[in-house]
Amino acid sequence: MRLLKLVPDDTNIRFLRLRVPFYIFSCLLIVGAWALILGKGLNFGVDFAGGMELRATFTESSEAPIGEIRDRLGNLGYGTPVVQQFGDPNQVSIRVQLPDEVAQDKEAAQVIANRIVEEMKQGHPDFRLDGNDNVSGKVSDEFRGDAVLALVLAMLGVALYIWVRFEWQFGVGGLFALFHDVSLALGMFALFEMEFSLQSIAAILAIIGYSLNDTIVVYDRIRENLKKYRKMPLVELLDLSVNETLARTVMTSLTLGVALLPLLLFGPASLFSMIAAIFLGLVVGTYSSVYMAAPILIWLGVNSDSFVPDETATEAQEKAARQLS
Amino acid sequence: MLEFPTWKKVWLWGITLAFAAAAIPSLVSMGNARWPDALPDPMVNLGLDLAGGSHILLEADASQVGEQRIENMEEAVRNTMRNAEPRIRIGDVSTANGQLSFMVESPADVDRARELLMPLVNGTGLTREWDLQVLDETRMVLTPTSDGLEQAVTDAMDSATEVVRKRIDALGTREPTIIRQGDTRIVVQVPGLQNPDELKALLGQTAKLEFKLVDQTALPADVAQGIAPPGSQIFPYAEGSDFAGQSIAVRRLGGIKGDNLINAQQSFDQQTNEAVVTIQFDSQGGARFAKLTQENVNKPFAIILDGKVLSAPNINEPILGGSAQIAGSFTTQSANQLAISLRSGALPVDLAVVEERTVGPDLGKDSIRRGMLAMMVGSVAVIALMIASYGRFGVYATVALVFNVAMILGIMALLGTTLTLPGIAGFVLTIGAAVDANVLINERIREERKRGRRVIAAIETGYKEASRAIYDANVTNFIAGVLLFMFGSGPVRGFAVVLVIGLFTSVFTAVTLTRMWVADWLRKARPNDLNL
Repeated sequence: MRLLKLVPDDTNIRFLRLRVPFYIFSCLLIVGAWALILGKGLNFGVDFAGGMELRATFTESSEAPIGEIRDRLGNLGYGTPVVQQFGDPNQVSIRVQLPDEVAQDKEAAQVIANRIVEEMKQGHPDFRLDGNDNVSGKVSDEFRGDAVLALVLAMLGVALYIWVRFEWQFGVGGLFALFHDVSLALGMFALFEMEFSLQSIAAILAIIGYSLNDTIVVYDRIRENLKKYRKMPLVELLDLSVNETLARTVMTSLTLGVALLPLLLFGPASLFSMIAAIFLGLVVGTYSSVYMAAPILIWLGVNSDSFVPDETATEAQEKAARQLS
Repeated sequence: MLEFPTWKKVWLWGITLAFAAAAIPSLVSMGNARWPDALPDPMVNLGLDLAGGSHILLEADASQVGEQRIENMEEAVRNTMRNAEPRIRIGDVSTANGQLSFMVESPADVDRARELLMPLVNGTGLTREWDLQVLDETRMVLTPTSDGLEQAVTDAMDSATEVVRKRIDALGTREPTIIRQGDTRIVVQVPGLQNPDELKALLGQTAKLEFKLVDQTALPADVAQGIAPPGSQIFPYAEGSDFAGQSIAVRRLGGIKGDNLINAQQSFDQQTNEAVVTIQFDSQGGARFAKLTQENVNKPFAIILDGKVLSAPNINEPILGGSAQIAGSFTTQSANQLAISLRSGALPVDLAVVEERTVGPDLGKDSIRRGMLAMMVGSVAVIALMIASYGRFGVYATVALVFNVAMILGIMALLGTTLTLPGIAGFVLTIGAAVDANVLINERIREERKRGRRVIAAIETGYKEASRAIYDANVTNFIAGVLLFMFGSGPVRGFAVVLVIGLFTSVFTAVTLTRMWVADWLRKARPNDLNL
């Protein structure tokens, strides 16, 4: 049986020749993403903005009357509701901001929810309430604080780990690649106005984990080659390392991609934005480990001597073992 | 490296099969079959987003505990001074600024008063509960200490949790989860509950019942303006009562609290056929109730629930039997709710709903179906890709993957963790990422072969060199996963759980188990070349 080989043996693609243009391109992307995030803002769901979200199905219709819902509920006096299609075309999510007084009155939120449902049932007897999330401003503030803290701690934590296991340049490089991936993922949420919820934070932490996974595989090979080829120019060495791990990179990205794609295409609607973010992270994470994480080592001045302190008794033993085998 | 003595094999297979077997009860019951009761049954719980149901986060208003304490202290101080021999006269009592202050009328009594207050100030526990100061010779000021207040909040939350549990049990719902969270919060989860209105109405009611004498000296015009005569306070009538919108003045002290109830039932008034709540006092409460009604025949007394007056009937005759009827324009349902609330006791603090999530059962079932389908299709694609690329080694990776999924589910069942919708995404992500270890190893073996190493040496080096990167990559993933678990909530935590357990099991299955199988095969087949 002949085995499938997606990447031919002994590739020698000079990835790093394009490092400067790609760096400029990526930095522009990061700036663009942040311009979107700060300018347009993220479409915060009730987890982070507070308020009430109702999810409903119009069981007899093929498509939910989104415009009409907006008008109908806009007249109730709870501000402009955010109405979005959610999953199937006949399913919607309706978000309303709750007035401040609700925090004081325990039953007010319930009253508002009931009024919305009644109002909808009048025009549409097939309106079926599937779920109802209701988050007070205080709790949503906490969620937001926790989310920011979790993301920052995760990025610093993993960068610290890489620094301890490798060298500080690698820690900085890993952190930069992460910053790139997280920025782009956030930018995508802003660009497509996808609902940004606790699940989105989960997606971003998954991206951090995966993107770093990729970076570490390349870094591990760079470290190995730095010890092995002491005289090789760094750019050449990085190219060699990326090429050597290319088959693995392609294969892993592909397996992860084929696992996620069905979930994206026909998984539950409420997972869509989470999976879409992870999917994007998969693409930019792979790219960033080659084009962000590796070339930055050149500018940060990594060379074979970076690992000289490592050449201790264990190093000597390994060398001896290599000669023996 | 590729040596696997028998004891080690037995040990590895033992762990694998034990954890994988723990997944069986969950799988059986997910397939709509019943797991026999006689067998051990560790189960993965389904999160509310999959099973349908309600999640409610309640928050207590801790400042109330402080106010309540000062109020109680005032009552205690007055009683102590009145019962002192000879009686100590006090005046100018104020409860402003979170302190209780009063004047001892005769300076000669100050030392005696201080002596009498010591047991109240020191409390029963290890912490001192109040600071006592004497200003200007005669003014005594009691300030609650922060330790004492903290203790009081903790106690109040403990009993609030207990009250919540009793009330939910009275609803007869299945398997509710009631957990205290942080300093002032309680999480309530009720699977399968579609309409949380009743539950919320029940939990929203503090059920603090008071009987107080109406202050007949108060002028209606003053009351309407909110001005109470000295020693009285003003309460509004409850919404839905005959006098809704009006207020009434009642004597602040000397009433009876509903703490001494032993029973409360919804019933019907024999004359009007209205829904009412019949309550039954214990002997102490009954005696006090008898005394109050005996001394005040033909005067009105107000029945106050959670700071709102339900009704203010005249006392026609002394009520001696220890049971009374509360009327207040109830429906059968609201009377029943009040009865449940009174039976389970008053909440020591008001609880507000700060987060609520409800999911209908249809949505949950649909989500499971779609999630499982996606998982199946994804797995088949991953398996096909692995076998096509790595042949025999791909088969090992696939079998390892199957054990991996079973072990995650098994460990989740043993730990009693919850599978949520994002958790299913976690499974899919784990399936995709778990084979990464095998990809790394197999690619490395290919490389080593290309460099001319012999079969066994290539495999050995492949496992060894790849392990370093696998280890580092998993540690960083672990850091992200743990943070997600710490800071995430509800369904997102379910994702973190799968991710973190999956890290451990996937390293075990993808590295250790496959190495054992490869070693077995090498020993038996002794291949000269690898089809890799």
